[in-house]
Amino acid sequence: MPAAGVVMIVAVVLIIAALVYYLVSTIFALRKITKGLDDAISGVAGIIEKSAPVNDVVTTINKNLDAGVDLLEGLLVKKAGMADAVGLVDGLYPGAAAQGFRNFPESRTIRAPRIGEIYTKGTLTLARLGREAPIAVKSPLGPALRDPAYGSRSARALYPGGRPPAPEPLPRSPIIGTGSPVQYPEGGDGADSGAV
Amino acid sequence: MALEWIGDGALLLVVLPVVIYLLRGVLNAAKSIVPSVQQVASTAQAGSRDLDSAALLATTQEQVIKTIESAANYGGSLDVILDDARLEE
Repeated sequence: MPAAGVVMIVAVVLIIAALVYYLVSTIFALRKITKGLDDAISGVAGIIEKSAPVNDVVTTINKNLDAGVDLLEGLLVKKAGMADAVGLVDGLYPGAAAQGFRNFPESRTIRAPRIGEIYTKGTLTLARLGREAPIAVKSPLGPALRDPAYGSRSARALYPGGRPPAPEPLPRSPIIGTGSPVQYPEGGDGADSGAV
Repeated sequence: MALEWIGDGALLLVVLPVVIYLLRGVLNAAKSIVPSVQQVASTAQAGSRDLDSAALLATTQEQVIKTIESAANYGGSLDVILDDARLEE
């Protein structure tokens, strides 16, 4: 055999060896990719399976929470009045007055009284029960009309003979706004002057 | 005879390097995909594990319903106890 033929055979063998080496290596790499994709698919399938009921459950939770918000907003507005309700919520959550109540669009335009600066939190309902509520606990003009630490005892003392069956509606207390008997100076933030 | 040597030279100096270059490129591309796919797989499985607590949403749902029912009962009582706000206010 001529030398040129031997060299050609050697060259072809080298080319085939390179083909085999690289193609086999590529096959192994592709098998790893396939295994990784199988794992990824199983994980994604788990995500899909586990998240399937989430939408319905969250929708139900939101629906119930919406009903609760509607209930509490309506009750607050009904019992405290729109202005005081907005003021109370704004006192508990500063800045909430701008957002207003969801079911009462007109609440966004109400100028909220500064209830949070005058009352301790949670005393608005007590204030509506009578003048003896501890509404003036932070009043700069004097002490509270009754001791807020023993509010329930004082409340029971209001009716020593038992609560009347049909009490007359009590006048709203305290009076808030420009027509109130006691005026406080204008607030620095431009809010209306609170008064008790 | 000379043409055979020229063909041998072309095989060894041109064809073989080109084949090796192309195959190495394919192999490197395939190998570079492997870690990415493994990361995707581990991330997907971690995400699936994170969603194991999604089943607790059913408990949350029940608790929300009970809470809203309690709030509704409490609100109903307050509606009876407290006077309504006056309209002129």
